Parts: sequence; C-alpha cells; structure tokens
Amino acid sequence: MSNKKNWPLWEVFVRSKNGLEHRHFGSLHAADAEMALENARDVYTRRNEGVSIWVVESKHITASNPEHNGELFEPAQDKVYRHPTFYDLPDDVKHM
Amino acid sequence: MKNKNLYNYILGIADNSLILGQRLGELCGHGPSLETDIACTNMSLDLLGQVRSYYQYAAKIAEDGRTEDDIAMLRKEREYFNVLLVEQPNTDFGYTMARQFLFDVYHFLMLTELEKSTDLNLSAIAKKSIKEVSYHKRFSSDWIKRLGDGTEESHSRIQTAINDLWTYTDELFHQTEADKVMVAEGVGVDVTKLKDAYYEEVNAILEEATLSVPESKYFQKGGKQGIHTEHMGYLLADLQYMQRTYPNMEW
Amino acid sequence: MSEEQIKNLEEQFEARIARDEKIEPKDWMPEKYRQTHIRQISQHAHSEIVGMLPEGNWITRAPSLRRKVALLAKVQDEAGHGLYLYSACETLGISRDELYEQLHSGKAKYSSIFNYPTVTWADIGAIGWLVDGAAIINQVPLCSTSFGPYARAMVRVCKEESFHQRQGYEIMLKLCNGTPEQKEMAQDALNRWWWPSLMMLGPTDDMSVHTEQSMKWKLKRKTNDELRQQFIDQTVPQADILGLTIPDSDLKWNEERQSYDFGEIDWDEFWQVVKGHGPMNNARMKARVGAWERGEWVRDAAMAHAEKQQERKNKQVV
Ligand SMILES: [Fe+2]
Ligand SMILES: [Fe+2]
Ligand SMILES: [Fe+2]
Repeated sequence: MSNKKNWPLWEVFVRSKNGLEHRHFGSLHAADAEMALENARDVYTRRNEGVSIWVVESKHITASNPEHNGELFEPAQDKVYRHPTFYDLPDDVKHM
Repeated sequence: MKNKNLYNYILGIADNSLILGQRLGELCGHGPSLETDIACTNMSLDLLGQVRSYYQYAAKIAEDGRTEDDIAMLRKEREYFNVLLVEQPNTDFGYTMARQFLFDVYHFLMLTELEKSTDLNLSAIAKKSIKEVSYHKRFSSDWIKRLGDGTEESHSRIQTAINDLWTYTDELFHQTEADKVMVAEGVGVDVTKLKDAYYEEVNAILEEATLSVPESKYFQKGGKQGIHTEHMGYLLADLQYMQRTYPNMEW
Repeated sequence: MSEEQIKNLEEQFEARIARDEKIEPKDWMPEKYRQTHIRQISQHAHSEIVGMLPEGNWITRAPSLRRKVALLAKVQDEAGHGLYLYSACETLGISRDELYEQLHSGKAKYSSIFNYPTVTWADIGAIGWLVDGAAIINQVPLCSTSFGPYARAMVRVCKEESFHQRQGYEIMLKLCNGTPEQKEMAQDALNRWWWPSLMMLGPTDDMSVHTEQSMKWKLKRKTNDELRQQFIDQTVPQADILGLTIPDSDLKWNEERQSYDFGEIDWDEFWQVVKGHGPMNNARMKARVGAWERGEWVRDAAMAHAEKQQERKNKQVV
C-alpha cells in the first residue's frame, strides 16, 4: 500500500426533484470537491435520481452523540402543547 | 444505395464513438478506483448509445436489410472510418484520459456544428449527444489537470501520453469525400474550420495542467480512409467475435 | 466499563434489535457485532467487485449493441453495489483501503461463484439468471437487517438488481429460441453454472457456523438450506420455460413437501474453491490487485493535486 494519503470520504446529498429537499444518498471517495461532485453524479444519479447534488467531506460533519440522546431528545417528548391536538375546541369552529 | 455519401458520412461520425466506446468498455472492472471505473463506464455507455442512433439511421439509408449490428460488427477493417486516435489502446490511465481529452474537445466542437445540420435526424442526435460530451470533456480535462499538476510521476506519464497521441490529432480535421459533399448540402460539418478553436482550447488546458504542447509537426492519418493502426485488428476481433463465429443468428 | 455494565448494555442492545429497532454507526454495539458486520458487509462488497470480472470478460465481445450496453450497465451496477457496501462498512470504523488490503492479501473472502470462468456468451445469460437470481434471494431479506447503513445499502442494491436477472434470463430465452447450436450453448452454460449456483447459498445448515447469531442480528432471516430450496423451487419452472434440463438426475417434485427434491451437492468442490483452488481464484485476484496497483499513481496524483490546490487557495486568502 502506498504510504501517501488516500482519497477522503464524502457524503452525498441529492435533490431528486425541484420542490423536494436534498436527502442523504450515501458516500464515496474523491480527492477534491469537483471530483466528489462528478463521482456523485456518476454513482448516485445514473437512473435519473437527481436534479441537484451537494457533497461535503465527511470529516466536516459534526454529529450528536447517541449517548446524549436522553438529554437531547427526550425533553421534547412531553411538550405536547406544541401540537395542535393539545387544544380542545368545539366541533362547530371551522377552518382552524 | 441512394445516398452513399450520407451513409458514409454517418459512419465517419458513428465509428469514432463505437471504437472509443469499445476501448472504454475494456476498462470496466479495472479502473484505478471504483468511482473512476463507474465514470468511465458511463462515458462508454453514452458513446454506445449515440452509436446505436447513428447506425439505426444509417441502416435506414442503406436500405439493404442490414441492421445496426450488421453495420457495427460485420464490416471489414477497411470499411471502418474512425480516426486513428480513438483506436489507440489503454496503455495506462494517462493514455486513456489523454485520448479521451483529445477526442472530447473535437467531439464537442463537431457536435455543436452538427446540431445546425439541415438533416433533422443528425441534428437531433447531435442535440442529445452534446450534453453527454460536454460532461466527458469536463471529466477528461479535469483529469488532465490533476495528472499534469499531481506528482512528478503523473506529470511525466500524462506528458508522454499526450506526446504520443498528439500525432493523431491533425487527422480529426481532414475532410473525406463524403464530408465535402455533405458540407456542400448543409448536412455535414466542415471540420477544417474547427481546427483553430480545437488547438486553442487543448493548448489552454495543457498549459493549465503545467504540460507542454508537443511541437512535432508530423501527423498520422488514414483512419478516415479505412487504413488503421495495428491495434485495430485486435479490437475488431473482439468486437466481431460472436457475429463472425456464429453468423446469421439473433442474440 | 465493568463486566456487569457491559452485560447490561448487551442485553439492552439485543432487546433493541428484537424490537426491530435499527442500530446506527455511532450507537454503542458489542465488539462482536461490529466485527461480524465488518466481515459480512466487506465480504459482500468484495463479491460485487470481483463479480465484475467474469461478466466484464464479455463486454468487448457482446454479440449485439443492445446486449453490450445492457451488460456494461449491469457490470457498472455491480461496481456501484460494491461502493455502497464499502461505504456502509466504513461507518464501522474501517477504511476502504484496509478492506481492499484484506481482499488482496487473501485474508478476506468473496463469493466463490466468481472463481468459475465465463467461456461462452451463454455464461453471461446463466450468470444473470442464476447467480443474480440466487443473490437476490440472499439479499432481499437483508433490506430489513438490523444495521442501518447495511439495510439502506441493500435497499438500493435490490432496487438495481431487478434488471440484472431479467437481463440474463432474456439472453437465455433468445438462445433457447434460436438455432440448435445456440440452445446447446445455453444448456452447456446451465450445466456448468447450476451446481455452483446452489453452492452459492452457503454450506448446509449443519455445517454452517454463524447461523444462530446471524439470525438474531437479522443478518440472516432464513437458513442456507431454506434459501437453497426456495431458489430451486423458483428456478426449475423457469428452466422448463426455456426448455432446458437441470443437470440433476435426482431432481423431482415432492408432492408432500410441495418442493423439489434434489441431488447431492459436491461440497468437496465447494471447499476446494473456497480455499483458493477454483479454476479462476488466481486470475481474479491478480486482476483485482493489478488494477489497484496500476491505479496507485493515478490516485496519488489526484490527492497531490488536491493538496496543492488547497495550498494555493490558502495562500490567496493570506
Ligand atoms: Fe450486485
Ligand atoms: Fe450482490
Ligand atoms: Fe447483480
């Protein structure tokens, strides 16, 4: 194996059609951003899957730690007042 | 054949894509990285897709019962009119990219003109192909720049490939008899007029890639007349293997 | 962490999987889970990549343009599958280069079926029909496996696989409806690929080492023998439609089991190939290692260029 650096890993996000958000499609290796875009096009949109591509080098992604999931996400569970069903209204009230 | 000139003219264009597509197809599974492998196969598929449209059209013009496959696979070496450049082997990835780049720049210029053809079939094929080839050109020029600028080894390898293949570039701008007739009819592209723009673009990219433009003024020709390099016979042996071994069968 | 704590975590972990929850790369997982997944996913990835070679062998010689583009697209898909699977594997903290190293050194295995040669065009039909057919049977259940990245990669793979088998079967159909010579070519291919395809579904259950653990982790949802039976039961009628004879004199419908009985598989041959002594083991590895080594200067150049570009950009900012 060469002792030089290997092509870094990139994450690929594809918008499958206008009006939809970019969605994570997978990853690939590329030496630079242009190559990552070209590779993403060739690897992930061969079947007409996309109209726009984002690539970001994987090392630039900061991810939350699943060990903190309790403090991060559970507190939101009981905040039911953020949802419309929390509020009681008589059936005759329309358009609300 | 009523329109032998048009037929020959179409083959002149289509054979380039067929032979280059065949060469790229050889690499499938053997590329320098998975991603690059997939990309080269995509280019091969684009070219072979174009080939099918051209040959289907040529078959219609020939009116002798031959199919696209008969035209693609059952001619003698002398009857293939591709330029010598595209039949050159995949000596290494440098040669593959140099060949691609030197052809793509021409191909793009040619298709841009062909789109204006008075022949609506050719114009339509050109219109579709041009988007594919525009991508090929970007892909191959990016690689020329990477290899030229990359390491000492890659610089010397890609320079060698460019130097070796340079001798096949001039032929791209030779006019055949069919060319002349088709240009006069407004159907064909006058390739002699593409030459300046071609070298300007190629030279600029070579420069950006820190490569030197070969100075040799000695060029090879013959492909457009069916006189090919020694590589061609082997390529055709593969391409025609099934059709020659098992004639008159459907697959 | 104390042993007690680990045991606790492991129990919670197994419970999550039992509840059909997915495991994601950053979640805590038992070391054995990680290692087993690295092994299975990378083996799968290697199989896709090595699997490109026998079929790639016929790209330049495909008999028609239509067949040529279909085969190119098919083999290219396998490269994509390899790529998706290597990526899934990388989320477990191992690089693609390390995985290649394991393949090239012979440490990692790949599906043995690809150590058989493709000697006629009909082999391309037989591979699409039988080998992709067997692969689909293996792979569909993996779309709901417990490890998220593997499951997602498999969803994509299975979607793309759908044309592979049809492509192969169509080649066989054309041959079987062609001249006697073509039909003979098809029968000959079936004769050579039938038994290796059955072996592809793995050793018999009593010989299989990993089954129980793999079932729990949903790396397997049916046993090898069940999968094999399913493959045979669905393939025999397809061979009938082609008018081809399965090369097994013991093959017959069992009314009671509503399944086909079949003959003895030559497991000696299987193990011989697995241990590296199949007809093409050497050639396949040489092709892979060769491509990788020939590509080294290219990969290095791209990296060097990227770094130089970055430096230039940094200088401009200063
Ligand atoms: Fe696959
Ligand atoms: Fe597979
Ligand atoms: Fe497949």
